[in-house]
Amino acid sequence: MTSIRLRHVSVSFPVYDVSSRSLKKRLLNSATGGRITEDAGGRIPIVQALEDLNLTFEHGTRVGLVGHNGAGKTTLLRVLAGIYEPNEGTVEIKGQVAPMFDQSLGMDPESSGYENILLRGLCLGMSRREILARTNDIAGFTELGDFLSLPIRTYSDGMRTRLAFAVSTAIQPDILLLDEGIAAGDASFLEKANKRLHAFTEQAAILVLASHNDVLIKRMCTTANLMEHGRVIAQGETQEILALYAERKGKSLHGGWASS
Amino acid sequence: MSGYNWLSAQWRKGLKADNVRLAWRDIGNGWRGRELWVTIGLHDLRQRYRRSMLGPFWITISMGIMVSALGLLYGKIFGMDLEVYLPYLACGFVTWAFISGLILDGCKSFIDSERMIRQMAVPLSTFVYQVVWINLLVFAHNIWIFVLIAIIFGVNPGWNALLALPAIALLSLNGVALGIFLSLLSARFRDIPLIVASVVQVMFFITPVIWKPDMLPGRALVLHLNPFYHLVEIFRGPLLGHVPTAENWLAVVLVTLVSWVLAMTFYTVYRWRIAYWV
Repeated sequence: MTSIRLRHVSVSFPVYDVSSRSLKKRLLNSATGGRITEDAGGRIPIVQALEDLNLTFEHGTRVGLVGHNGAGKTTLLRVLAGIYEPNEGTVEIKGQVAPMFDQSLGMDPESSGYENILLRGLCLGMSRREILARTNDIAGFTELGDFLSLPIRTYSDGMRTRLAFAVSTAIQPDILLLDEGIAAGDASFLEKANKRLHAFTEQAAILVLASHNDVLIKRMCTTANLMEHGRVIAQGETQEILALYAERKGKSLHGGWASS
Repeated sequence: MSGYNWLSAQWRKGLKADNVRLAWRDIGNGWRGRELWVTIGLHDLRQRYRRSMLGPFWITISMGIMVSALGLLYGKIFGMDLEVYLPYLACGFVTWAFISGLILDGCKSFIDSERMIRQMAVPLSTFVYQVVWINLLVFAHNIWIFVLIAIIFGVNPGWNALLALPAIALLSLNGVALGIFLSLLSARFRDIPLIVASVVQVMFFITPVIWKPDMLPGRALVLHLNPFYHLVEIFRGPLLGHVPTAENWLAVVLVTLVSWVLAMTFYTVYRWRIAYWV
């Protein structure tokens, strides 16, 4: 059974290249982002990106992560992907994880469409054999035809997006981690893409999506977590959490004006 | 004082059996996932020469130009027969290029793959293997210069040449360990690649590559204490037809052991931090 369990997970970053004292002070006083402290010697600023997180996602979970920039959404996704191992706490993940943060990861402008299918496929964790078996399906879906033999620097943005989209949605992971969804390209392609995207996200046992796009969250997720300063401050139904988030956003905006 | 305590706490926390297992698992899984770095490495190399007429053949050509220029010049300076000096220089220089490539590129294994490290859930050793693999590919292009020169001057190493195979395997094994160790340090301290580059440059002149060991009066200690001498010699010796000494082999085995112990110790303690550093 696919599942994700985080217990008392904390992640902090030392920021090494901050040398000027004034910049350090500014960082320490900033309001957005994680909590910022200093190391034992007081020399290096430390960003507390996640603080004592306890989360459980069971099979069938479709959860959206919301919160302002630097609230810890992307860091949390990276922890779930196994890229960041936390300073403290335990991460227990059952199932094959596919992080999908950057649509152009593994794509090379000088290489042909076919080569890019192979490269991006490998980067997404497919084996060469799996990719070759699915190349026809991917190529057919992109509708790029003979263009696939040309280097993708000759493609338009839309064509490139189509290719990336087709490869991204060809994998079959248990756990899918998305940062800001998957771009689908031009309008003519959109309907077909949405159908494929739906089938793609449906087959994953767990979906975690971090986004600022309320519509996207509503469409793809059943529950949501609101994050602030590296903590999950509310969990619940998508509608409810989005409403709470909107309310808090309004408040902080108002407070900001009042104090200035 | 507080800095020291903090460091020792880090090591006490890091050097646990669990972490040792994780470090080795990373090395093992990276090897098992070789399809990824073999493909990306090949692709990278081809990419550097795409749209040039001769392609990766340029690697061979530039090595050929370098070796013949150095050979003619230093052969004259040292007053040596070209038919003795050129094969010696070609073989040594190609080996040196391999070793220094492993070290210099090795430093950047993690830094250069920063984007992938932060987006993909693959073992970090993947990126070290990739660097070693690319250097092996470059080496496979360069070695033909020696083969050509050996044929022209009638150098026949006989069956001893087969000893070059375990030598190249040992050098690559060192490449993986040094890659792990140096790129870990480099990810944290960005001055390391620069320091290493200048050290390697000096080592090139201290190591008998363009000069021969018997030119050094009194067979100085400098030669035998220099690990690079032994690293070069275990490969160059067999191809020039003589078996490396037991001292050469022992020294290289020792260097390999030390580099692996260093690499695994640091990897055990700091592997999990690398993704944060890059």
